[in-house]
Order: sequence, then C-alpha cells, then structure tokens
Amino acid sequence: MRYETVIGLEVHIEMATQSKIFCSCSAKFGGEQNDHVCPACCGMPGMLPVVNKKVVDLGMTAGMMLNCHINRVTTFDKKSYYYPDLPCSYQTTQWFSPVAVNGTVTIETSKGKKDIRIKQIHMEEDAGKLVHDEWTNTTLVDFNRTSVPLIEIVSQPDLSSAEEVVAYLERLRSLLRFAKVSECRMEQGSMRCDVNLSVRPEGSDKLGVRTEMKNMNSISAIERAIAYETARHIDALENGTEELVQETRRWDDIKGKSFAMRNKETAGDYRYFPDPNVMPIVIDDEWFAKIKGTLPEFPEVKKARYIGELGLSDYDATLLTESRALCDCFESAYAECGQAKEAANWLLSDVLNILNKKQMTPDQLTLDGKTLGKLIKLVTDGKVSRPNAKKILAEMFESEIDPAKYAEEQGYIVSSDTGAIEATVREIVIADERSVTDYKSGKEKALMAIFGKCMKALKGNCDPQTLRQMIIDVINSI
Amino acid sequence: MKKILLDDMILTKELPTSAGSKMLDGYMSPFNAAVVERLTEAGYEIAGKAPVGEFAIDLSGETNFEGKTVSSEDCATVMLDVNGSPRRIAAQNGLVYIKPTYGIVSRFGTVAVACSGECVGVMAKSASECKEVLSVLVGNDERDGTMHADGVCKSALGIKKVKKVALLDMGVKSAELDLARSELEANGIEVASVDAGVIESANAAWNILMCAELCNNVSRFDGIKYGYRAKNYKNLDELYTNSRTEAFGELVKTAILYGSDVLSSNNYMSKYDKAMRVRRVIVEAFTEIFKEYDAVMLPACSKTSYTASDDVFVENKYTAPASVTGLPAVVAGGVQLVGKAFSDGALLDVSAILTKEGK
Repeated sequence: MRYETVIGLEVHIEMATQSKIFCSCSAKFGGEQNDHVCPACCGMPGMLPVVNKKVVDLGMTAGMMLNCHINRVTTFDKKSYYYPDLPCSYQTTQWFSPVAVNGTVTIETSKGKKDIRIKQIHMEEDAGKLVHDEWTNTTLVDFNRTSVPLIEIVSQPDLSSAEEVVAYLERLRSLLRFAKVSECRMEQGSMRCDVNLSVRPEGSDKLGVRTEMKNMNSISAIERAIAYETARHIDALENGTEELVQETRRWDDIKGKSFAMRNKETAGDYRYFPDPNVMPIVIDDEWFAKIKGTLPEFPEVKKARYIGELGLSDYDATLLTESRALCDCFESAYAECGQAKEAANWLLSDVLNILNKKQMTPDQLTLDGKTLGKLIKLVTDGKVSRPNAKKILAEMFESEIDPAKYAEEQGYIVSSDTGAIEATVREIVIADERSVTDYKSGKEKALMAIFGKCMKALKGNCDPQTLRQMIIDVINSI
Repeated sequence: MKKILLDDMILTKELPTSAGSKMLDGYMSPFNAAVVERLTEAGYEIAGKAPVGEFAIDLSGETNFEGKTVSSEDCATVMLDVNGSPRRIAAQNGLVYIKPTYGIVSRFGTVAVACSGECVGVMAKSASECKEVLSVLVGNDERDGTMHADGVCKSALGIKKVKKVALLDMGVKSAELDLARSELEANGIEVASVDAGVIESANAAWNILMCAELCNNVSRFDGIKYGYRAKNYKNLDELYTNSRTEAFGELVKTAILYGSDVLSSNNYMSKYDKAMRVRRVIVEAFTEIFKEYDAVMLPACSKTSYTASDDVFVENKYTAPASVTGLPAVVAGGVQLVGKAFSDGALLDVSAILTKEGK
C-alpha cells in the first residue's frame, strides 16, 4: 500500500524586542547566567505583569504578513504546569483569543505552489533554561530567557513532506525577517519547531495516530526526524512492529532516533484561564492602520520590481532580497544616486565584504543608504576615484561622516585641473628614464611602475583610465 | 511622625513578609509595595507587621502558621482584603475597615492570591482615620495594569452623599443591623429593605474564582527559588510535593484542590466560566439597586466570634458580594455598607454616623 504523511507545525519565534514581554529586562540573547532578570521574570511575590506594547505590534505584524485575521480584542491567559525553568509555575500565553487567526502561507517546491493554512498565531512568554552540572550533580536554573516574548505559529496539517516543511520554514523565516519581527536564527534558538506527524493510506481522508516531536532547532535535523518518524509509522502500520499511540517524542539527532517522552494519559491538564492582571487588549482602527502601514513589500514582489523596473539581474535581485536590511539600504541609496546597478554592485561586493570581515550578517547592516548613495554619486560624477571611495566606505562603517566633506578633508577629491595632473605626470615620466625606455621597447609592465608613482603623487585622485591614457600620451610626446 | 501598621501580605524591604505561611517564613522582599512607598512619602512611620492567616483567606487570622493572631492596635493598619477577613475582624472587634473600589489602590508589592477581587484597604478605630489613610493610598500606579486613571482613582474620595440605603435581606436578624438602621434614619437617611435575589449566588461564584486564582498564584511557591524547601526528597517530584505538603496548611491545601478542580479542562465551562458569568449578573443586580439607592447594608459576618466548626466558604456569604463585584465596602458599627464604585469617601462619611464620630 502507498502511504502519505500528514504534518502540522507549531513554530516558536522569539520576537526582536529590546525588553521582555511583561517587564523591562533586556531580551537580548546570551549574557552571563541570570544577568537579565528582575523580581517579575523570576517569579517573586508582589510583581504584576505590564504588557510590552511592542510585542503586540510585532504579533499583529506577523499576523498580517501571514494573511491572518487580526482579533481586535486579544487576551492573555495562564497555562499551569510545574517545571523549575518556569518561575511562576504558569506560562502567560494566549488561549481564548489569540492575536491572529486563519491565515495562509504560500510555499513553492519542486511540485509547484501550495497554500498552507495557518490556524492561529499567539503571543506568549518563553521559559528559562536548566543547566546540569555533572561535577556537583546539581541542576541550576538560568532565567535570562524567561519572559522573552515569543509568537507561536500553528499551521493546519497541510504539509506532506520534508521538502514542504523546509519550504514552509524558509518562507516563514523570510517573511518575518522582512517584517523585522524576528531574526529567526535557529542556531540561537530564536526559531524552534514542534513537528506533528501522522501517516495514512494515500487518498484516505481520515487522519492517523499523531505523534509530536518537540523543540527541533535545525532544518537538517527536522528533515531527518520526518524521514525516521514516517518510516516508523509505516512500519508499525504494515508490519505491526509496535502500536502507535498519541504521544510526545524527543528527537535524538545523534542517534538518529525518536524516543517516547509522555503520552496522552500522563499529559498534564494545563488549567488555562484568563489572566486577571492583564486587561483585554483592544486594537482600534488607528492602531491597526499604523501597523498595516509599516508592512514591507513581500520579498518576491520586490525582486520582480528590481528586475522589471530597475533593470537588475536576476542574480543581484535574488541576493538583495534575501535581507530586508540590504533592500532598505539599496532602495535609499538608489533614491539618492539614481543608479540601480551601481548601488547593487556596491552593496553586493564592497559592503558585503566589509560585513564578512566584521562577521556580521546582512540583516545586521546599519549603513545609511542615503549616505551610500551620496558616495556612489561622487564616484560616478568623477569627483572621487573608486579606490578612494572604498576607503571612504570603510570609514562610513566606523563613524557618521558626510562622504563629500570627508573626501575633501582627506584630500580625496579628483582634481579637475588636467593641466596640473599632466604636469605631475610629465615630471615623473621625465625622471624615470629607464621605465620609459623599457616601455618603448615593448615592456608593458614598465607602464605600471610609472602609473603607480603617478597615482601615489596624485593621492589616488584621478580616474585610472584617464591617467593611464595621459601617461601614454606624455611618453609618446617626448 | 504618624505610625502605621501593615499586614503581612504587604511586602517590605526592611521587614520579613511571610503572608502567614510557613512557605514564606522569613522571606525578605527586594522591594517595597507601592502603598509602602506612598505611606513613607506622606510621612508615616511603618511601626511593624500585623499577622495574617495563611495567605489571608481564612475567617479572621486563625490559620497563621505561628498561631499569631491580630490584636487591636493603637494605630491604623493597612490590610489586604483577599477573602473578607479584615471585614470580619473589624465587625467582631468594633473597628472600621474599608475595602476600597477595585483598581484605585495599587496592588503592586502585595502577595497575590485572588487578583481579580483583592484590594488594599485600611483598618482603624474611626471612619475619619480610615479616610485620612486611604487618601494617601489612592492613585494610579503603572506597575498595576488593572488600575483606573489617576483622576478616576482620586474621584473616589470626592464629594458624594449617601441619602438612601437598601437593607439587603439575607435572612439574618441582628441587633447591629437594627441599631444601624435606626441611627441612619435618625440622621435623615432613608432605609428600605430589598430582596437579596441573585446576590445570594455571589458566594458560590466568589469561592470558585478565589480558589482558582489562589491555586494558580501559590503555584510559584515550589521550593525551587526561595521560601520553604523540604529537607528530604529524592527527585524533582518529591521536592515539589514534600515542600508544599510540609509548608501549606489545611485550608490553603483545600483551596488549591478546589481551584485545580474548577480549572480542569473537564470542569472549566461548568464551574469557572459559569462563575465568571455569575459575577457579571451580580454586578448587574447591584447596578439595578443603585438606580434607587446609594448604598446597600448587610451583615459582615454571622456571629460575634468563631469556633473551629465555622467554615470560611460559608461565611463568605456576607463578604463575597463586594469581593466579586469590586465595589467598595465599609464595615462600621458591626455592619457592612457596600457602595457604588468610586463612592468610597461617601461610604466612610456615612459610616461615621454608625461609629458616632464627632458626638
């Protein structure tokens, strides 16, 4: 018999806010253990939750990016369970009225386009982290991550292969990075995924027994886990190797196997109820419109526009639209200098090089596009040479400068006085008799020596092509 | 400097706060409650802590883990009214207590038990003293998201008058009620009996809500971070179970069990959700009475002192109506007056008749 896999995902994404969801502690990744904690996020008596409005902004943004309906009255609820990394023994989440419901995400795979339905997006607080110390055989709790804001995106069981799951996750990541909801970095745990999987005979409309694998944090591990779990289910159905039960399983990526954690009978009752300390949040028309107004163009729409309207190559447009920060910088640089191709070249070669050296991702780019545009204009207007412009660009990453003013201060302005340039060239040519003789006898390399000397004397303030021609002209004239 | 006492539900940096429980024996808070800040700023000297029953949910302090009971002090006491005990204590000891309108005094820095109903109030010998202290406590605090705007908070002490009082018929006859009625009438205030109607159900709804919230709020006391931890345990489950079994008293355990039950997925709709709906019906019943009357008079308790056989879940009958609705309630002269929202000042003014102040 042929089988099909039915997969639904619950994706947890840490939101890119400065502070935590109910207190003003830093929400930054890392830091020394328990550096980012206060009485509120480590559950001490007397503290009450105060909602960070930015979290609601980002929750709405995520909902709008995934074509969801936004609930105009959204509430926070308490979910009770005991675990040492959960300081209050309850998690504040959204159960009764999540911020967004009923969306769709379109994915593209080798089989073409497919719409994946989104059941809901809810906002909640993250839990802390347990650290086991083998030496003293004790377990320690780090509350830095406690109360860092998350959104959980729950899909319908519309996915049917690892390829679709990967396409879906990459699409989510692209959209949410573009909307600046999150950096979605799986390796830092800012994007995690629970995989709900079942198997049924192909064509059947009845769902099989479902198992859930929790906290998957790498795309390749997810692919392996889906392959393993699908095979296990089919084996159980075909050969009766085991009885499938609805349960939560842990994926061990090193062993390449999943293990049972807890089944439906031993699962706790979360005793959800509305948090009496957080008033329902009412999203009025003004707030709704404000967030709607901040939504970015979808990456593929941008890409098509870059190719169609601005004449970029498919390759350049693809690279640029992988990062919102690159797009933003590109667009304002283009607006300033009016030359799309130039702006793209500068970003994709020189700017990316600098980022690479600084070990930064394109999303971490903070370069002001307008300033970059001004620099590009200086070059294309022939006011600053390309080599000098690169030096100016490097300085733009270090301090806030105006390229034209800085070029002037550093003596990087190309002299428009061709007579003066020619005089310098003539002086150097006459002084370097040997190179001139070598060049005249056919040694092209000799020209480079003279060129180097001239460039140095002119402090690089000359267009290389023009200079080269001028040297040849001067040599020929003597 | 004027002295003031705080009950042991209010967190202080300088003094330990136990909430009457072995769980928090000797607990030192890293911060002061909002009301402590306000009192200190207004020049009050914190004279000490008054003991409370465990998490302040009992009849009148009898479940304190050290057996300490409230004694009437010379100075006013700021007390968190979680489940009516300050009102019962005031009624049985000839004192005045005001549980203000919900959301006009900050709950920041109080040990949370039944967040949707509990309020910080004032106990004193006279209504005027209660008013004086309350005026220091009211005002918005952005650390408590359930509060009203500052102007609204302060309007509760503004000029309003109680002219007509409804005597809520709860089937109890008491000498205090008769006396109070004649005192009010002698001062030109109209008093008429009204049927309690659905307000009788306030108790059932409140017990469900209070226990559910308590169960959730005290779940943070797990022996991991602070507070009591059992000496003997072999694993995490035993650490939780033994610590909580050893540190919580019987009444709190009962409330936890009851609260877990009403929040369980099987019972949520028929118990907790139903209680929330009843809460709204009670609010509407009061609104209806307040179309004609300015305040409602009812007993604060059923007797002048309690024995071991008395049950707080039954006795809540008298205090639950104000707890579940968030309406202000003043106990004076052994009776309770429940007023319209933000009529706290007017309630205290009319209560001065019952305590014969200025006479």
